[in-house]
Amino acid sequence: MSEKPITGEKRVFMTGNEVVAWAAVAAQAEIMYGYPITPQNEIMHYWTRLAPKFNKTFLQTEDELSAGFTTIGGVLAGKKTFTATAGPGTVLMQEPLAMAEMMRLPVVVVVMQRGGPSTATVIYSQQEVTLTTFGGNGEGFRIVYSTATHQDLFDYTIKAFNIAWKYRMPTFVLGDGYQAKMREPLTMYDPEERGVELVKPEPYVGLPGMPGEERPPGHYRNTYNTEEELNEVVNDHVKAYEQIQNELPEHDEFGTENADLVVVAHGVVARATKQAVEALRAEGLNIGYFRPITLRPMPDQALRAMADRTKKILVVESAQGQLARLLKESLYGKTVEIVPLFRPGVGVTPEEVMARSRELVA
Amino acid sequence: MAVQPAMPRSWRRETKPHKFCPGCGHGIALRVLGQAIDQLNIQDRMVFGCDIGCSLLAWDFFNVDTVQTHHGRTTPVIVGLKRARPELVCVAYMGDGGGYAIGAQHLVSAAMRNDRITVILINNTQYAMTGGQMAPTTLPGQKTETSPYGRDPDMTGHPTQGPEMVATITPESAYVARGTISRPKQLHKMVTRALENQIAGRGFSFVEILATCPTNWRTNAKNTWKFIEETMPTHFKVGELKVPEAFQAAAGGEGARADG
Ligand code: SF4
Repeated sequence: MSEKPITGEKRVFMTGNEVVAWAAVAAQAEIMYGYPITPQNEIMHYWTRLAPKFNKTFLQTEDELSAGFTTIGGVLAGKKTFTATAGPGTVLMQEPLAMAEMMRLPVVVVVMQRGGPSTATVIYSQQEVTLTTFGGNGEGFRIVYSTATHQDLFDYTIKAFNIAWKYRMPTFVLGDGYQAKMREPLTMYDPEERGVELVKPEPYVGLPGMPGEERPPGHYRNTYNTEEELNEVVNDHVKAYEQIQNELPEHDEFGTENADLVVVAHGVVARATKQAVEALRAEGLNIGYFRPITLRPMPDQALRAMADRTKKILVVESAQGQLARLLKESLYGKTVEIVPLFRPGVGVTPEEVMARSRELVA
Repeated sequence: MAVQPAMPRSWRRETKPHKFCPGCGHGIALRVLGQAIDQLNIQDRMVFGCDIGCSLLAWDFFNVDTVQTHHGRTTPVIVGLKRARPELVCVAYMGDGGGYAIGAQHLVSAAMRNDRITVILINNTQYAMTGGQMAPTTLPGQKTETSPYGRDPDMTGHPTQGPEMVATITPESAYVARGTISRPKQLHKMVTRALENQIAGRGFSFVEILATCPTNWRTNAKNTWKFIEETMPTHFKVGELKVPEAFQAAAGGEGARADG
């Protein structure tokens, strides 16, 4: 029944949502629990079509709370389980994710950002950055990959499962409505054929042996009686996250050596800025490009080094400063000037970035 | 009730005496559940999920794999787990607030889908852990911290008829009952059936248990007993509401009574 979903390298042309479903199959994810919300629906549509072929499980839950908590159940059972959501769904998803943070459960969540606040648009934005990186009543101990291309969606969805299960942290693939809905070419592959090891999931419950007699029972909780007890648990998380901060930050950059200006953007906006920066450099302008790929943890060291090499930073995003806030925290103490180009809820064109960049280096 | 039988094997000795108040109904409900676990020999293939509220005090109660979840969210955690590992026997244990208020959509949806899980819901007519607020199950006229002059059904509705609702929305393969800690023998039969029905892969299994909370009722032993024995059953009818045919056949047609 379940032959290998992908063999060899396969050049395809598909929507981002379809890519995510294929990537989850390629990552040997076993279960998706989800609730409909645009623009992520087709992840479920494709997953449910692939499910019988590759022996996968799906349940359409009653809401995103349930999607998140059933995903936790799947993870506790020892299965690679994921969900996908957007907008108000991402808001509801924070409750189960707070539990996943507290109990360090490797849930994988794909967020396809839509407009906000509230119901807003079903189309696109980068307004779920704050919620995805620091949502929940906790400390934001999560890992967030912001994708820019369909190739990213494929690569980082596979990676998200590996990282989640390796570090036992909730892990996000942060896309957006443009990526979700547009078609684009990419190469799909079987990760193991490429030498990418797939981290095996492990059950938290239902292990062999009589609990309390042949093995200790698995007793998992998120409630603590004393401040000290809680503090100890959170301090353990802090320590675990320090390791993550050392090992996981990823970014992309070019032309940042002694630049007059570096344009910083993430996700799909980074494509427009990349194009803009390439064109400006071709004109002979000394402008660089920086794209954080992980938004949690931010690539602090690379950002700080970049800030030392440039005069100004232009931060571009389809939100009113959600990336900029993360950036400022990373650059605390640096005196480099940070100039905003905020377009909340709308796309950004290379022309806009070029025009603003020209003004700044004039 | 006078003689306490031996501690069930599935109980975790290290965490006894348990953390519930003296006279609390949870202890009896969990004793009955423990005995059923022993009898069905499922201790090593079971997952016990407990909610927020006093039910969370059961997080280390059993020598059974246990997950303490969020308020109202035990049902979806257990649903997600059961669908991932159908060979496990999965129990969601919650209070009336968790099941009928904040988690009502999960209870209704799991019941409608006929998820093969067992839900055990403690009805003690108020929110106990948070200090005695009105619950969906609070009786008309009953005083609580948020209904200090007594629950007014005109403004806040009548007590939720949980098993009746679940029985209405589940298919014939579901098991639905309301028991009371004042009749442990009958309750034992109900809880056992609710587990057996899941083990047989038949359907959703639900037992509401009328339980005492002397702490928030502010009752002495006599009045506690009176409230659970006399007052509560006038609003909450004790008995089996839905019994799959397999049980009825096995019991020679007597299943529906279960008068223990
Ligand atoms: S407050 Fe009530 S329900 Fe909670 S442990 Fe005490 S008696 Fe039991």
